[in-house]
Amino acid sequence: MSVSPHRTVADSLSFVDRDEGSLALQDGSRIAVIGGGPAGSFFAFFLLKMAAAIDLAIEVDIYEPRSFGCGGPASCNHCGGIVSESLVQILAAEGINLPPAIIRRGIDSYVVHTDIGEVAISSPARERRIAALYRAGGPRGVADYARAGFDDFLQQMTVERGARVVRRHVTDIRRGADQSEVLTSDGRVEPYDLVAVATGVNSNLVSTLGGASNETPQPHTTRTFICEFRSTEDDIAGRLGDAMHVFLLPIPRLEFAAIIPKNEFATVVLLGEELDQDLVQRFLEDPAVRRCLPTTKLPCVCSCSPLINTGRRGRPYADRLVFIGDSGTTRLYKDGIGAAYRTSKAAATTAIFQGISATDFGRHYWPTCRSIERDNAIGKWLFAGAGLVKGSRVSRRALVRMARREQERGKNNGPMSSMLWNMFTGSAPYREILREAARPGFVGNLFVNLAAGCRATEWERRLS
Amino acid sequence: MKRAEQALGTEYRDGETIVRQGETGDCMYVIQSGRVEVLQSTANGSQHLAFLEAGDFFGEMALFERECRSATVQAKGAARILRVDKKTLLRRLSEDPLLAVNLLKTMSHRIRKLNRGLAS
Repeated sequence: MSVSPHRTVADSLSFVDRDEGSLALQDGSRIAVIGGGPAGSFFAFFLLKMAAAIDLAIEVDIYEPRSFGCGGPASCNHCGGIVSESLVQILAAEGINLPPAIIRRGIDSYVVHTDIGEVAISSPARERRIAALYRAGGPRGVADYARAGFDDFLQQMTVERGARVVRRHVTDIRRGADQSEVLTSDGRVEPYDLVAVATGVNSNLVSTLGGASNETPQPHTTRTFICEFRSTEDDIAGRLGDAMHVFLLPIPRLEFAAIIPKNEFATVVLLGEELDQDLVQRFLEDPAVRRCLPTTKLPCVCSCSPLINTGRRGRPYADRLVFIGDSGTTRLYKDGIGAAYRTSKAAATTAIFQGISATDFGRHYWPTCRSIERDNAIGKWLFAGAGLVKGSRVSRRALVRMARREQERGKNNGPMSSMLWNMFTGSAPYREILREAARPGFVGNLFVNLAAGCRATEWERRLS
Repeated sequence: MKRAEQALGTEYRDGETIVRQGETGDCMYVIQSGRVEVLQSTANGSQHLAFLEAGDFFGEMALFERECRSATVQAKGAARILRVDKKTLLRRLSEDPLLAVNLLKTMSHRIRKLNRGLAS
């Protein structure tokens, strides 16, 4: 079908409402989802589920050239691979239960490592409710390639609902007055009523969509570092247990660092400003890291430096076009899969029940994105606060002392334990963490512990 | 290979009580694997109400009202159960009321079953 004259995607991303919500999906409407990761699959799943509930017959094509059913870099989605405690619960309430076959380790606690000691924080429910997994089959050299990953599990779920997976590479999207066209590398052109972009920020497509005008809604990004160390399952289990290990170390430019156990592998994730080889090396050789995992003795089988979304520039929608997951809006540093679920479901709900115009997405999809972005603004302050704690030995002592005392008293929900848990797991919004931290009781207790933190701990004396 | 540490939730042994009638609750439960039996205590002893399987949930009434648990639930064979906190679910429901549809569907199915039982 010829659809002309064409507007570039950038043209259509101005904030001017082009209609009054007159565009809507109808029986026979075709929807293209570009990208078959969690955002694309959640969007397709909820779109088809809600369409079936109101007897709306639609066709959904998911464009994903890669197969997630195998291991190694070709199918990898460059991700730390954590499904947060809150998302595991919400998915269960949706009727989506993660099967043990895709979970590499059920996580029930966090261990916070600092240069002056460590503290283990158990799950408030004392239950394995965080899933450590691989998005695809696993890293280079994984023993059982046949095991499905998270993305494959979600994609199968959408296929069972009626979605069609198209194994072609999308090169461009052209928008016309009545329909949009999806262009693929083999020269084919397919017309669609709605296009959802779920490619993440590591695809060239998002940056090329707007052509030369440079007005694309491409988000701000920063680089992360992810690598996989390999040992035996028993060795990894013995060293890391069922815990995710996070590090508050006085290393400049390092925002966040974690080691996650996954069968015979341990995934190391670093976030920070201008991550480079020196910073990575300094982290891996830090005594606190080597006490946890002998990173200098174990083989690193796989590593990458993917981009992550750290904030939007424009609104992630236009007439017949919506950006979801990392391509649109995501949570700062944490729970990217949870944000993919939230934005995808909000976009699908809007498309089914409200319409597919920019006005509809602005009224009904944008509030979800805006809520995430407002929360991220608070998150930036909290991470700045965490940076101050990392930079001050007294603060680090106070933090460890407070959390350790709460854990010794069996108070998993103690204010410091709860704050650290929510901060590191991404289980609660940043605004809730800030609210907890601003309570007078917490602030008073913190000052007492800061005063006590002026003296070196027994651990430090032993180490010195 | 299925190993306990790769599954989510808590493992219950055969006959172990997951929720007890009369207790207060602040969560619902989703069965990840295995089977549970729902029992109600009466003057004449325990009365079997239902068996629930993997994917089913129970204890959802505690999320919406402050009443005590209306029945006892026990594992029938080994069962793995995931807790869903009231706060987590209600926070999400405030953003996305459609999440309640899945819960309402099951509750509606249970009312229908109850009506059939009463009619017969």
